[in-house]
Amino acid sequence: MSKERIGVYVCHCGSNIAGVVDVAEVARWASEALQDDGVVVARDYKFMCSSLGQELIEADIREQGLTRVVVAACSPHLHEHTFRKATERGGLNPYLCEMVSIREQVSWVHTDRHKATEKAKALVAGGVERVVHHEPLEPIRVPINEATLVVGGGIAGIQAALEIADSGYPVYLVEREPSIGGHMAQFDKTFPTLDCAACILTPKMVSVGDHPNITLLTWSEVEQVDGYVGNFEVTIRKKARYVNEELCTGCGICEEKCPKRVIDNVYEAGLGYRKAVYRPFPQAVPKYPVIDTKNCIYFERGKCKACQIFCPTKAIDFEQEDQIIQVKVGNIILATGYDLFDARRIPQLGYGRLANVFTSLEFERMCNAAGPTNGEIVLRDGVTKPQSVAIIHCVGSRDRNYNNYCSVICCMSSLKFAHLVKERTGAEVYNFYIDMRTAFKDYDEFYQKVLSEGTHFIRGRVAEVTDAARLPGEEGKLIVQCEDTFIGKQRRIPVDMVILSAGLEPRRDAKEVAKKFGISCSADSWFIEKHPKLDPVATMTEGIFIAGACQGPKDIPASVSQGAAAAARVLSHIQQKELSLEPVRASVIEEKCSGCRICNGLCPFNAIIFHEDRRVTEINPALCQGCGTCVAACPSGAITGTQFSNEQVLAQLEGLLKIPVNGSSARLPEPELA
Amino acid sequence: MMYGYYPGCSLEKNAIAYHQSMMAVARKLNLEFAEIDDWNCCGATEYFSLELLPAYALVSRNLALAQNQLKNGRQLVAPCSACFVNLLKTDRYMARSPELARQVNEALAAGGLHYEPGSVEVRHLLDIIINDVGYEAVARQVVKPLYNLRVAPYYGCLTVRPGLEKSFDNPEYPTSLDRLLDTLGAEVVDFPLKAHCCGGHMTQISEDTALEMIRRLLKNAADYEADVIVTVCPMCQLNLDAYQDSVNKKFGTRYRIPVLYFTQLMGLAFGLRPVELGFGKEFVSPTLALAKIGAEPPPRPSKKARPSRDALPMPEMPEEE
Repeated sequence: MSKERIGVYVCHCGSNIAGVVDVAEVARWASEALQDDGVVVARDYKFMCSSLGQELIEADIREQGLTRVVVAACSPHLHEHTFRKATERGGLNPYLCEMVSIREQVSWVHTDRHKATEKAKALVAGGVERVVHHEPLEPIRVPINEATLVVGGGIAGIQAALEIADSGYPVYLVEREPSIGGHMAQFDKTFPTLDCAACILTPKMVSVGDHPNITLLTWSEVEQVDGYVGNFEVTIRKKARYVNEELCTGCGICEEKCPKRVIDNVYEAGLGYRKAVYRPFPQAVPKYPVIDTKNCIYFERGKCKACQIFCPTKAIDFEQEDQIIQVKVGNIILATGYDLFDARRIPQLGYGRLANVFTSLEFERMCNAAGPTNGEIVLRDGVTKPQSVAIIHCVGSRDRNYNNYCSVICCMSSLKFAHLVKERTGAEVYNFYIDMRTAFKDYDEFYQKVLSEGTHFIRGRVAEVTDAARLPGEEGKLIVQCEDTFIGKQRRIPVDMVILSAGLEPRRDAKEVAKKFGISCSADSWFIEKHPKLDPVATMTEGIFIAGACQGPKDIPASVSQGAAAAARVLSHIQQKELSLEPVRASVIEEKCSGCRICNGLCPFNAIIFHEDRRVTEINPALCQGCGTCVAACPSGAITGTQFSNEQVLAQLEGLLKIPVNGSSARLPEPELA
Repeated sequence: MMYGYYPGCSLEKNAIAYHQSMMAVARKLNLEFAEIDDWNCCGATEYFSLELLPAYALVSRNLALAQNQLKNGRQLVAPCSACFVNLLKTDRYMARSPELARQVNEALAAGGLHYEPGSVEVRHLLDIIINDVGYEAVARQVVKPLYNLRVAPYYGCLTVRPGLEKSFDNPEYPTSLDRLLDTLGAEVVDFPLKAHCCGGHMTQISEDTALEMIRRLLKNAADYEADVIVTVCPMCQLNLDAYQDSVNKKFGTRYRIPVLYFTQLMGLAFGLRPVELGFGKEFVSPTLALAKIGAEPPPRPSKKARPSRDALPMPEMPEEE
């Protein structure tokens, strides 16, 4: 006979549960069969999560003197918090409540009413056995450092940094390139309004550069992250610029005088040149250039120093070294963006072999008035205007040979390209697409507009782009071979220029970055959010948020929204000054720990520390998320998880096996003795 | 290195030059090919378009023989791309479908044979040369580099078929033969149709279709000013060589492009005598083309010369390792 007094509450969830499970029978059974286990009251109710349902629990705690509560309803992901609160209002420690999922684990996945009801009973019995072993817990309270680290200075990171800084809190913005601005700074026009990307971006960049609350660290990378929500310690490497920022006025004379011209594969997407000492573009923030030591003649041969000789403020410093900076922050926002799919991986599209095949990013640079062609749309020879242009959608996207996913932005940017080509050259434009995806505000209207401009749309995947002429009219052209699925025929379209709308891919080092910050990546390497619908900018690691294309392909409006959303979440943390963390944590019983270190590498949250001196492992409770991996792995049983102790799990199993399955009573097998 | 050898019907007759040059080159590269005893036809394409089970049974008989006869390792070389694909796909499909394997083995049992899918590894001769021998070992044998000879590397559509896992080169735009010919000192031209079909047996079924397909290939090679088309498949060689006259008659063209096996060019570069390499059996004589081979490498185009001040840079391609 249990000494606890347990209340069991079975929810109908409208017809969600009651449609399949006989909830009244489950409650009746619990009140009778589980009396010996301490159940003193069992009820069913239409919506336990409603205020009336919760009051039912509170009243029973007070009137019947309950000491434990079991709620059989939906998944604890959804309402555990609700019922813990109700338990607390009734006068009990909130952690003395246990939830049993009879919706996700029973009614939604079964159809046989009788069997489903029996399974629900078994789960309830498991919950009752388990809750007995629950202990009252106190949430862990941690202070929140007011500073925030934002990683990545693209539009998402800029937005996040500005929102937080404008609210009066300090921000460290770390960017690995010499300037902030990200991919958006490379674009010419933005869809669907066709406003100039630089015109809307550069004011924000300037605000970041000027902001008293933002410490801008460009040409820098995060090396190490220690600590936990509220109290992160971050190590940042500020790479040597070889330019003294105190002295440099950003006049640009060094760039002018530098004799070494190199192809700019980052900002100009390989279509233009820069010098060995350079700012990626004139509006760069900050305005200080960097010296690219791989191409600098001085670093190669020890001679030249043209930049140093001509610098009017003596700002060039060849002796500069990398700096290591330590900062303390309470929250971190990752906005590390995307890489463009490498079109060379699809050789049949000819990129890199056929001169007049361009990628979308090359074309953006070509259209840009500040780009290598001053905004002229021309062939690779730099002078000839194309008379016909093919734009190929879904290059590397929606293709099981490369990436299965849709890259989201390419339909709209391809339509934008079609419009720009028409507007600036009057050429015939052919868009080769699989499906036209123009969701969101004013996007489809833009498609209608491009249709009315006379662009040809051919629905079908392109088989190849070739310069092998076969028919009259094909000589000297690029021929796009494709299946036109509307007429069911193969077509060959000769054009002068081909633009490949390459897809978006996770950053090449996304997996390492995720590991560094203790968050997880999908199989594709996109960062994983806490909940795909209800918590899109948080991660499973408290205090680390994600925004923009690092989470998945996204256009500018969506990236900006996420940047702002992540900032709002961080501000809420800061405003609370102190955060209560779930006390469901693992801890090490030092006497039992053999120091084998098996658990050390397993923790996905970097919460495990090993004390070399004492040869024991310790778990940082603020970092631990209670996942239980180390508990299961420990060969000496030295790690326990609160609410997931061995006693609790074994008791739950006992309960589960109480119910006869298919008429025969299942029992725990007797252990075999040797 | 020792391999089982499946010559296929063509290497005994029309493609005997391929067989001879392959054996001559093999001696230089320490490759040994032991012919499978009592092999039969691979069924080419016709058998597979009529009835599948007898076709698979026909092919798998060769696999079963190879399985029993191969002692050192279990690798079987097929120089003909059609034989290669038929042998390879029969093995793969039998592995994928136990039902097909059961039926095929029921047929084989009549001859006292049984084939266990996966027990023979089928490989193309080109694969052996580039991956087992390697470009460096080939380069070491080169004594008479093929300087000045412009070659169009022609893989055909079967050598690097997509969809069969473990292809030794990119199915859409292969480059292994390009690199091999470059190793021999030849000047490799871009040949966009390198993996397109030669028409196969269409010459027998619909000559118009076949001649158009052959014309495209000849035109493409001629457009890029190739002196020679280099092939890895007897079918491709036959179609492009023997039907060149018919193409010229039908389209009013004047193509005279010799079509040679890659092993013949390897042999020449290795300093072997043409007679050892099966030369002299072609319809389009290679004499004029081969006379172009010079003793000196052509001058390399200066790297600094840019086409014009206005020109935009080309995308950088990854360096070949």
